[in-house]
Amino acid sequence: MSAPAKAPSGAAVDMEPVIGLEVHVELSTQSKMFCGCRNEFGAPPNTHVCPVCLGMPGTLPVINRRAVEFLCKAGFALECAVAPFSKFDRKNYFYPDMPKNYQISQYDMPLTTGGRVALASGKTVRLNRIHLEEDTGKNIHAGGHMTASEATLIDYNRAGVPLMEIVSEPDIASPEQAEEYLMALRDVLLYIGVSDVKMHEGSLRCDANVSIRPAGTTELGTKTEIKNMNSFKSVVAALEFEIDRQRACVASGERIVQETRGWDEVRGMTYSMRSKEQAHDYRYFPDPDLPPLSLDEATLARWRGELPELPAQRRERFVTQFGLPEYDAGVLTQSRADADYFEEAAAASGDPKQASNWLMGDVRKSLEAHGLTLSTTKMTPVALGELIAMVRAGAITGKAAKEVCEALVAGGGDPKAIVAERGLAQVSDEGAIAAIVDKVIAAQGESVAAYKAGKTKALDFIVGQVMRESRGRANVDVVKRLLAERLG
Amino acid sequence: MQTGHEIHDAVVRRERSAEEATKAALEAIGRVEPSLHAYITLLPERALAKARDVDARIGRGEQVGALAGVPTAVKDIFCLKGELTTCGSKILANFKPPFSSTVVERLDAADAIIVGKTNMDEFAMGSSCENSAFFPTHNPWDLEGVPGGSSGGSASTVGARSVPYGLGTDTGGSIREPASFCNIVGVKPTYGRVSRYGMIAFASSLDQAGPMTADVRDAADLLEAIAGFDPMDSTSVDVPVPHYASALRDDLKGVKVGIVGEFEESIAVDPKMAKLYKDAYADLGALGASFVDVSLPHAKYGLATYYLIAPAECSSNLARYDGTRYGARVDGAADVYAMFDKTRTAGFGAEVKRRIILGTYALCSGYYDAYYVRAQKVRTLMKQDFDAAFAACDVIACPAVSCAPFELGAKSQDPVAMYLMDYFTIPMSLAGIPALSVPAGYVDALPVGLQLCAPAFEEARMLSVAHAYEQSSRHAAKREPVVS
Amino acid sequence: MAEVPIDIAYISRLARISLTDEESARFSAQFERLFDFIRELQQLDVGKVHPTAQVIPLSNVMRDDALKPCLTQDEALANAPDREGPYFKAPRILE
Repeated sequence: MSAPAKAPSGAAVDMEPVIGLEVHVELSTQSKMFCGCRNEFGAPPNTHVCPVCLGMPGTLPVINRRAVEFLCKAGFALECAVAPFSKFDRKNYFYPDMPKNYQISQYDMPLTTGGRVALASGKTVRLNRIHLEEDTGKNIHAGGHMTASEATLIDYNRAGVPLMEIVSEPDIASPEQAEEYLMALRDVLLYIGVSDVKMHEGSLRCDANVSIRPAGTTELGTKTEIKNMNSFKSVVAALEFEIDRQRACVASGERIVQETRGWDEVRGMTYSMRSKEQAHDYRYFPDPDLPPLSLDEATLARWRGELPELPAQRRERFVTQFGLPEYDAGVLTQSRADADYFEEAAAASGDPKQASNWLMGDVRKSLEAHGLTLSTTKMTPVALGELIAMVRAGAITGKAAKEVCEALVAGGGDPKAIVAERGLAQVSDEGAIAAIVDKVIAAQGESVAAYKAGKTKALDFIVGQVMRESRGRANVDVVKRLLAERLG
Repeated sequence: MQTGHEIHDAVVRRERSAEEATKAALEAIGRVEPSLHAYITLLPERALAKARDVDARIGRGEQVGALAGVPTAVKDIFCLKGELTTCGSKILANFKPPFSSTVVERLDAADAIIVGKTNMDEFAMGSSCENSAFFPTHNPWDLEGVPGGSSGGSASTVGARSVPYGLGTDTGGSIREPASFCNIVGVKPTYGRVSRYGMIAFASSLDQAGPMTADVRDAADLLEAIAGFDPMDSTSVDVPVPHYASALRDDLKGVKVGIVGEFEESIAVDPKMAKLYKDAYADLGALGASFVDVSLPHAKYGLATYYLIAPAECSSNLARYDGTRYGARVDGAADVYAMFDKTRTAGFGAEVKRRIILGTYALCSGYYDAYYVRAQKVRTLMKQDFDAAFAACDVIACPAVSCAPFELGAKSQDPVAMYLMDYFTIPMSLAGIPALSVPAGYVDALPVGLQLCAPAFEEARMLSVAHAYEQSSRHAAKREPVVS
Repeated sequence: MAEVPIDIAYISRLARISLTDEESARFSAQFERLFDFIRELQQLDVGKVHPTAQVIPLSNVMRDDALKPCLTQDEALANAPDREGPYFKAPRILE
């Protein structure tokens, strides 16, 4: 992938990509950032609007406390520092989807600074800041593509929805890492429940800053900003294209121009949006309609306390508290719902290790076979836990349990009832088993003789025959003991 | 004409019906409107319907609001649901808001009778009402004279004694100056005392709504009805609203009145004005007040400070007027940016354009620190001046204006001369403290007002001094307006 | 700082307002007079002074995340200079 560029001297130089991402996340509050309109995707146009979010004369914004709470919680989850003093600023520019022709955002005093995102591969990407702002309405270009349209149709339902802007440091080293970063971010935000982060619905949007530099150096090259990437795959494709484009520029001796470029999904290329940048002097100034924020320790502590245990901490706890292997703990904590399921099943079964084994093994196979997940199966964690407990207590054999598990995954129900219905209860009654043992010994004279002659494998065959005779229900330990008593 | 509280008392005692009082007000307005042009929109049906409702409820023995039955004029800067709210501008000439401002809602809740929307300088920018996009308003005390601005329409109709209650807004003097010019009482409350929700924004950190009334008692009643915390306005302050009327007194024993050296120097250039104010201070003294010399050393920077901060904020507040969602639009533009441009160019008057340009400039990167931020720092110094002054006195007395009402057209060609009209009123706006103008006599038969101001949230103190002065000097009653 | 004449053409583009040459010239002259006052501000020593952010200091003014009644589609569009069905309509966007 890395095409060596040619430095002016003619020697080939490896140019490495340097990527920073700006991610906008719509917060899943009930109401908008500065007014009481419903925050909901997909409603009929202009039905979730009021004088405030339409920017009518005389209207004023009032901060939604839940949006501030959600941003702080995201900040805690991403190890950011909450600023002791924070304010809102007006970003002034004209555009039809902007009801006031200024956006209320945060400029030089964002709500949080710093932070980090841990990628699955182990790399850490540092964050620069997270701030709050309001979303714009939506322009629809009547008649197709923007440059060919006849008119602009505008829906302001989205205007005023709370947005969290997460700005990373330029720590991302490849398009693949960018995707990892987005996935890790999405996982954390879903986990703590502040957004539904659906890129296809616009509740997660991403712009990228890309530059290249000679491998191993630290100085940053000229960067371009890439916009218009609508999926994780587009982000990867766009970054790949842009990196190659920049490398080709440098190789042919061209200068890279600092500009905004759009990703054209159809043609698979980035294109210059230079004309969009005519003198965007945003003339930021503190919004005189909004007093600043200076959140007290008690409130921050309360919000921090309300956070669910984060994936990394939970993973740790599964290892130390339940003795699970790292890998298992990792798989089980991939989603909050799965981790919750495991813990409930572990408690009901009294055996976390077994609960983990079952979930990672037979349950997973069954789910896959039926096209289900832990969230869609009718098998409750308590049912699974009871099943496991039944095996531990010797009420059924492991083999029978697999059958019951399959039934539970497919149709739910109570494990005890299923065992009774299908007559799967393990037989531990010595008398009953002894009868079968004696019967088999009598019938398998050759194997008995072989065993007595020293062929230990013959015993396995005899045990198998007893199990078959008992239709898998005999308690295998009792069988082995009785055989040992009889055969020596 | 009766004062507002007299009308209210009579209506509640059933000596007079609200309907009759409203009809009388509408007739009075009708008589003088051809000369004054104080109203952009008259609302006789709405007013009479409200009046009849008030009478019916009184008839049934029900409680009615504290302002029940009193005809009230509302500056066309306050949104009134379903009715034209133009802000004196062509760009909103057809705008009917789907909501009412909080202040209007409180008037309705108090059962005041809103009779119409009054004329104003466009977007509250001006000191003479000549910047209205529609027509100038005339001064009932001199038909060739300006009523002042930007709340000129409210000042004129109350000054003509057609209605006792008017509502205006004050950003740099736009209630106090017209009150002075029209021989009425005008109060700018503490910033944050009255909700700004639904009041079309000019300069967000300065704008305040306030009463413009026949007398101080009426101003107290009207202020009490509209003041108070509003959850829709994040800058409104949650401080209890006193019953201002009970603070009014008839003497000033024990009151320390501050006289500002710098202001007295300025007014001295006009001997007639200087004498009027000297006499006013003497009257305060005769009522028992003592005097303290105070200094506002940074007051002279007020104009520059104000004319950086206010235009900066307004350049942002007026960006929303672009022809997309409401208001006027110029058709036939090739693209949306051209539409913005054509609409705003045609829709805004010269003064508005001037301030938008100035304000945009002041916020530009490269100039922001030197202009806007610096002005906000000087503002802090001016606030500190007042804090120091009020450590030595209870209220400050000073001129409200530098001259009597001037002729229509006299200053309209010279914006900076017009800006200088705000010289005495700007510092209080920048400091956020309450201030008022109360009639103080006449110069060449034209009205002039005395300004009083007090520390933040001490409206009661300021109103009580004004009341004592008014009751003893009775300047407004000494003459009749030219039309009424 | 050194006095720089306002580039009125540039500023009016930013503000989406067109001025005639005559207006431009007139404004320029009027600003110059105003700047006589503004220049005096530059002479003040404000080094240690904080800018007034809020003239009456308030902080942490927030509301609960509760729904409030909003406008109907028709109410929202009632003042629209142009509409198409449920949308506000404006001329096309030319970048």
